[in-house]
Amino acid sequence: MARAITTQRKLAFSTAAWIIALLIFFPILWTILTSFKTEADAIADPPLFLGFEWTLENYFIVQERSNYMRFLWNSVLIAVGSTALGILIAVPAAWSMAFVPGKRTKDILLWMLSTKMLPAVGVLYPIRLILIQTGLLDTKAALIFILTLINLPIIVWMLYTYFREIPGEILEAARMDGATLKSEILYVLTPMAVPGIASTILLNIILAWNEAFWTLTLTTVDAAPLTAFIASYSSPEGLFYAKLSAASTMAIAPILVMGWFSQKQLVRGLTFGAVK
Amino acid sequence: MATQHSRSAARMMMAPAVFLLLVWMLVPLTLTLWFSFMDYRPLRGTFEGGQGFANYARFLSSSAFQDSVVTTLIMVGGILLITVVGGVLLALLLDQPIWGQGPVRILVIAPFFVMPTVAALVWKNMFMNPVNGLLAHLWQFMGLEPIDWLSQLPLFSIILIVSWMWLPFATLILLTSVQSLSSEQLEASEMDGAGVVSRFFYIILPHMSRAITVVILIQTIFLLSIFAEIFVTTGGAFGTRTLTYLVYQRVIESQNVGLGSAGGIIAVILANIIAFVLMRVVGKNLDN
Repeated sequence: MARAITTQRKLAFSTAAWIIALLIFFPILWTILTSFKTEADAIADPPLFLGFEWTLENYFIVQERSNYMRFLWNSVLIAVGSTALGILIAVPAAWSMAFVPGKRTKDILLWMLSTKMLPAVGVLYPIRLILIQTGLLDTKAALIFILTLINLPIIVWMLYTYFREIPGEILEAARMDGATLKSEILYVLTPMAVPGIASTILLNIILAWNEAFWTLTLTTVDAAPLTAFIASYSSPEGLFYAKLSAASTMAIAPILVMGWFSQKQLVRGLTFGAVK
Repeated sequence: MATQHSRSAARMMMAPAVFLLLVWMLVPLTLTLWFSFMDYRPLRGTFEGGQGFANYARFLSSSAFQDSVVTTLIMVGGILLITVVGGVLLALLLDQPIWGQGPVRILVIAPFFVMPTVAALVWKNMFMNPVNGLLAHLWQFMGLEPIDWLSQLPLFSIILIVSWMWLPFATLILLTSVQSLSSEQLEASEMDGAGVVSRFFYIILPHMSRAITVVILIQTIFLLSIFAEIFVTTGGAFGTRTLTYLVYQRVIESQNVGLGSAGGIIAVILANIIAFVLMRVVGKNLDN
């Protein structure tokens, strides 16, 4: 009997959970579905869920009319570029903080975090001014650099929490076996650090891809990534639901997939190790 | 000797990160601070110092500032309320034994990865449009008059859109916290005759309190600087102008850099108060 009750409970909870999950996911599903409709079907009354004529037309139109690939390429360059640069700067820093902690390591870490909390709008004008003066406004290089800086604290923190979990005894054991510092880093530490570095990269690409303050305010044409391209649909002409959906689907698909892989690391990265 | 050596090596390894962040923080902020004491309006060609606190006085006493603070508080408060309460309930539900836990989690977390401009525009056009939006169809189906969401309930609409994006974040973190609760403790309380409600208030909620604090603080930091969602939906009209957006308009749209910079400094100070609290919570965790 106890078993029957458990099954019943499980059924009730499962039904509730699935209904809520599907409701939460629905706007994304609807966007994906609409991207395969004709513009007329997209605003049909009553709305069409699956019984419409499927077409790939919107994807071609979006690419042809607005040169979608260029925005995509900008997004990729900016997200990957700022992540690579950030990792390059952060790995040594996090490494030294985790393995050779000094008296002020904690203060430095907290100070780094505090820079992340500076409201961006407070420094928008000076940054724009500097970029205009140096001719770097609306360039990918400037955006890569700025996104590196705004995400650097998160990268350092994430790496630090991962590195700190590598037990020091292993290093001692390696040293006893006669490993040099170089081989210690190459053959002992690096393999243990790779998973942490990988998830840091993943999370940071997601954050950089979706960043929508600096990308909207510092780009116009040349360096505009997908966030800015999508924003151009806020004042559209004519029927555009299907095209907006196609552009949106392409913009979120890669990150959605990456995000699903990085769920666990997300908690850790965004709470700075405060919740594990 | 070896430690001496590794200490200085460590400092060298940290230097680039520290230096870059220091420059990033100090240079633009110093410029903003400087501009905030000036009459600086590039379009009129004015660039004069010696204004004292005139910009601050003007900014603080303007009705736009007071309205923007109220708007910001309502927006951030509303989103926090929805995401935290919803997140706690959803986390408890997902913690139950259910079929297809993996897929359910994947569906629930998805909105967090959606680009802000995409989320806002999809909601604005395909859901909240008074003629062709799905919500309008739903309202008609129920025999109600469709709502023009973004002009009749603009603030609530933006709260709804942003909550949709942040509910997954709150849920995921709170779920992580619930899952670390020991089942023995729960079973013991169950044996002692504690009901569902008292178990929730005396065991589960206290256990989650730390995670809830973290969620509130981190979300507050991000929510105070909401920009894209307002930019593509209302453009700050209809009482949706937050402090961040007001500063943006002063500095970029009306090009009153002096006044806007004073606003920027005020925003920085307000954010720092919240940041200070967050630091203490996170910092405490570093010790243990």
